[in-house]
Amino acid sequence: MTFSTPTTPTSPVAVRGDGAGTPVAIGLRGVTKTYGAVHAVRGLDLEIAPGEIVAFLGPNGAGKTSTIDMILGLSRPTSGSVAVLGMPPHQAIRRGLVSAVMQTGGLLKDLTVAETVAFTASLFHSAVAVDDVLRRAGIAGIADRLVGKCSGGEQQRLRFAMALLPDPALLLLDEPTTGMDVEGRRSFWAAIRADAEAGRTVLFATHYLEEADAYADRIILISKGRVVADGTSAQVRALASGTTVRATLEGADPETLRRLPGVDSVEVRGDTVLVHTRDGDGVARYLLNQTEARDLQVTTRGLEDAFLALTGHEDDATEIEESHR
Amino acid sequence: MSTPTLPDVTTRRAPALGGFNLTLVRLELRRLLRNRRTVIFTLVMPIVFFLMFGLNAQYADRSAGHGNWSASIMVSMAAYGAMLGTTSSGASVAVERSLGWSRQLRLTPLNPAAYIVVKLLLALAVGLTSILAVYVAGLVSHKPSMPVSLWIVTALLAWAGSLVFAAFGLFMGYLLPSENVMQILGPVLAILAFLGGLFIPLDEGSVLATIAQFTPMYGLNGLVHAPLTTAPFKVTWVVNLVTWLLLFSTGAVWRFRRDTARV
Repeated sequence: MTFSTPTTPTSPVAVRGDGAGTPVAIGLRGVTKTYGAVHAVRGLDLEIAPGEIVAFLGPNGAGKTSTIDMILGLSRPTSGSVAVLGMPPHQAIRRGLVSAVMQTGGLLKDLTVAETVAFTASLFHSAVAVDDVLRRAGIAGIADRLVGKCSGGEQQRLRFAMALLPDPALLLLDEPTTGMDVEGRRSFWAAIRADAEAGRTVLFATHYLEEADAYADRIILISKGRVVADGTSAQVRALASGTTVRATLEGADPETLRRLPGVDSVEVRGDTVLVHTRDGDGVARYLLNQTEARDLQVTTRGLEDAFLALTGHEDDATEIEESHR
Repeated sequence: MSTPTLPDVTTRRAPALGGFNLTLVRLELRRLLRNRRTVIFTLVMPIVFFLMFGLNAQYADRSAGHGNWSASIMVSMAAYGAMLGTTSSGASVAVERSLGWSRQLRLTPLNPAAYIVVKLLLALAVGLTSILAVYVAGLVSHKPSMPVSLWIVTALLAWAGSLVFAAFGLFMGYLLPSENVMQILGPVLAILAFLGGLFIPLDEGSVLATIAQFTPMYGLNGLVHAPLTTAPFKVTWVVNLVTWLLLFSTGAVWRFRRDTARV
């Protein structure tokens, strides 16, 4: 896992260096997107391997939707290149290799749920059976309902069912649970998760921290059109706020602890020692192996703190993307 | 991370015919039948006009070439109905755009050209229904009179010519905002029908008649009536029809490209 800063140099993209020549699911190289004077994306280098479940996390206006549109071929980067499964996005779309669940819209109110799926299925060279995707999305019971009469959550499940039709290698979800209640979100994610177990690559954009935390193998945090952190949820958390290791240790030597890799500060309160560090595992290993420490507690601060620390204030950026919707 | 079971990219193929298929046409037809209210409006208007103007007792006696005056008015109203039906059907893409459906379709292999073909077929289906509705009204009223062959020929001419307005509807559907496409197009079509001489013949040689020759309904109006009235065939009818067809199709393609442009 890598942690990039806004000035990270370009990483090799397009084909993974595993010798097999397997194309990466998504490869972005030096991608920028400018709308007039607004820089929505300011140089993204990303490589997402097949089978990864990745959260694209960031405040409104961070450039998430702009990036997803480019991966889907709905818009073209101002500069840089986008490859999906080793080919240009529109070719991947035509072969049914990529699907997306968009946030809103994209449905005809005067078709039923089953008709909408059948309509979409007819467009692909080969598609999964309509009944099958309805069942997997949990909407087999409302197959004959008009789309206009479906709730927001049901419509979102319908979009998911449509996305499953071509059995895509890559599934993109743009803020898929916006407007759903807690239960709706939970069951929606359960369906996605169950589906992804088959090895599908999933990239979802969200500004719900807990969603990124709970459902992604990897979190890519972006702010103002740049990647500010990239790693597991624990890594991203630790990056901003660090980990606190607390232990009972008689006669602790603060100087030795301070010299451990990644340690920011050490507090000693009687028999209790508190170590603030970016490498909690390392400190814990040292304390348990090299000292008499006991009652060890390792706590990372919430992802929310990491999020705020890394993305900075978000108000100015918010207006930018809203005006381009 | 679970074991990737990435499908073999090379085995995946794009659909034949750009995604065009009969399921698509069938479901679009079903939507049309479901939205009967808008369709019925375009069917009823020409019939009402025919009943108002075409059943005059004098018209039944008045000759119009191979048939009577009532038949001529029936042909006019059928052409008007075809114009209304194809335009409103084509213009319905405005609603699909506003719902984000066009954008959704861009996430499928459906080729834009295949989609346009489906929309044109559908517009022509509505146009044909409208023509048949007026002719049925004519049959039931027993007033129009002309040889059976002319019933068929005039209907086919009106139908074929209505392709111009299917293209016009698509063009407008991609050009205008969705909420009020037909509120704008209804009066526009009435004016075009009037200028084309569909409602009342324009005085030959007048300034208005000269201008009218360049409006989109002029060619179709001349062509549909010619077999009946035995009026001498004019090349300008065909030139008019073809020119407007090209203009509207080009406009539709131009707007469509902009709508789906990868910006």
